[in-house]
Amino acid sequence: MHNLLPLIWRNITERYRLLGVHCQICGKDYFPQRRICPVCRRKGKFVPKQMPHEGKIVSFSLVHSAPSGFELEAPYFLALIELSNGVRLLSQLVDSPAQKVAIGVPVKMVFRKIFEDGPEGAIAYGYKFKVVSGEGKKPAGKKNPRKMAAVNS
Amino acid sequence: MRKVSIVGAAVTKFGEHWSSSFRDLIAEAAVKAVDDAKMDGNEIQAIYGGCMASGRFIGQEHIGALIADQLGMNPLASTRCEAACASGSVALRAGYLAVASGMYDVVAVGGVEKMTEISTEEAAIALGGAGDQEWELFMGATFPALYALLARRHMHEYGTTEEQMAACSVKNHANAVHNPYAQFQRAITIGDVMESGYVATPLKLLDCSPITDGAAAVILCASEHARKHTDAPVEIAASGQASDSLALAQRSSLTELNATKVAARDAFRQANISAKDIQAAEVHDCFSIAEILAIEDLGFFKKGYGGKASIEGETALNSKISINTSGGLKGCGHPVGATGVKQVVEGTMQLRGEAGKRQVPNLTNFLTHNVGGSGATSVVHILKRG
Repeated sequence: MHNLLPLIWRNITERYRLLGVHCQICGKDYFPQRRICPVCRRKGKFVPKQMPHEGKIVSFSLVHSAPSGFELEAPYFLALIELSNGVRLLSQLVDSPAQKVAIGVPVKMVFRKIFEDGPEGAIAYGYKFKVVSGEGKKPAGKKNPRKMAAVNS
Repeated sequence: MRKVSIVGAAVTKFGEHWSSSFRDLIAEAAVKAVDDAKMDGNEIQAIYGGCMASGRFIGQEHIGALIADQLGMNPLASTRCEAACASGSVALRAGYLAVASGMYDVVAVGGVEKMTEISTEEAAIALGGAGDQEWELFMGATFPALYALLARRHMHEYGTTEEQMAACSVKNHANAVHNPYAQFQRAITIGDVMESGYVATPLKLLDCSPITDGAAAVILCASEHARKHTDAPVEIAASGQASDSLALAQRSSLTELNATKVAARDAFRQANISAKDIQAAEVHDCFSIAEILAIEDLGFFKKGYGGKASIEGETALNSKISINTSGGLKGCGHPVGATGVKQVVEGTMQLRGEAGKRQVPNLTNFLTHNVGGSGATSVVHILKRG
């Protein structure tokens, strides 16, 4: 395999913090970041923009046959998620009981290890999402979301 | 633009060719196609070869020149065309445009993939390159998983069932029984599909097309000269191609492939016909759900009814519309770079009336539909007799 370190490093703001871009001309948000606005093309003007960490499941699959680097996690949920600003992304779901994974269910971003690039390669970290249970614990999560994420890791 | 016809067409047997190399496969298909065109080969002025990932599969790039060399066709211009699983169709389109433009009178178009040289796991990684490497594969997506996401959404919006998807695989295996070039000349049942293990829910092993070695080739000629080479030329009446985002997350819809809709619209406009005029087609069934999406997006069935139509037999051989007469990618096999060309070979055989037990009688038009990745490229060709 090729050296993944530069790729992992280049995308840190996106994978760690969901930093996307906003076009000041057409007003649309994009994630991942891109160079050219598909609506405005050269007339577009991008500024960095924080994507929301909350969204809902648009579609999902439980992956049984995992690619190399992900075997130990199989089976795992993969989901297309629509963030609260309408931007969509693909992510794994973690810490989510199978019976709660469904289309339309609210999810929130958590920070996790994605994979290791072999025993000596870089470790890729980034976003995964978890189902928001919607039960009694929610207020505590709101008060200190960072701590909640740590407890669940 | 000149009219362009297919005057020679051939495929190799699809399957696991442990005793045949990449070079053997493309040579076999090319020689058979040239023979079929009753040419000696000197008429050919350029070569276009579709191949997705020879670098990954056999460690060999630069296959345009390799093909010309192996066929003894140096110093002809020979160009590799790549659009993931639609590589064969973009090669055909390149050859079509080259003849239509008047640049050449006769060209050869080939498609080839030698996929069994590496392990299934390595092949899965090679095929994954058709998706978005940085934002899908990086997150643990596999190719079946991407189509599984499309399937789940289709089930959610239209009530499509796993049995309806299974019916596509069952029908394609039934057609493959009658195709001597098919990888799987055996029938399967809905029960077989339902009992096969999940690869990525809701898709099971028998919803997925296999890993295959194979090659296909056609000889294209300006239609005005076609009858010099064959009594039954097949005209390429239309060629449509469109693009979309590599990643599913950036698509405007998850229940249709917009690239297919645009390519089909353009193709139907060029051929001056509509979906109702098509009685038989080869569509891209890399996964069962892909066939359901295709028959809806091409306009054969209303959106949301593709699954129902499939399980009710409306796409079976000699029913309302015969879909995937060759057995499709599922039954005939899917050597990715060869598939688009194989679809056109099947269309040529059907229009000539040479398809044996899988023949659809009295055909005037035949449509081929080839998708790259999870829908980032879609190519539609319409063939007609004459």
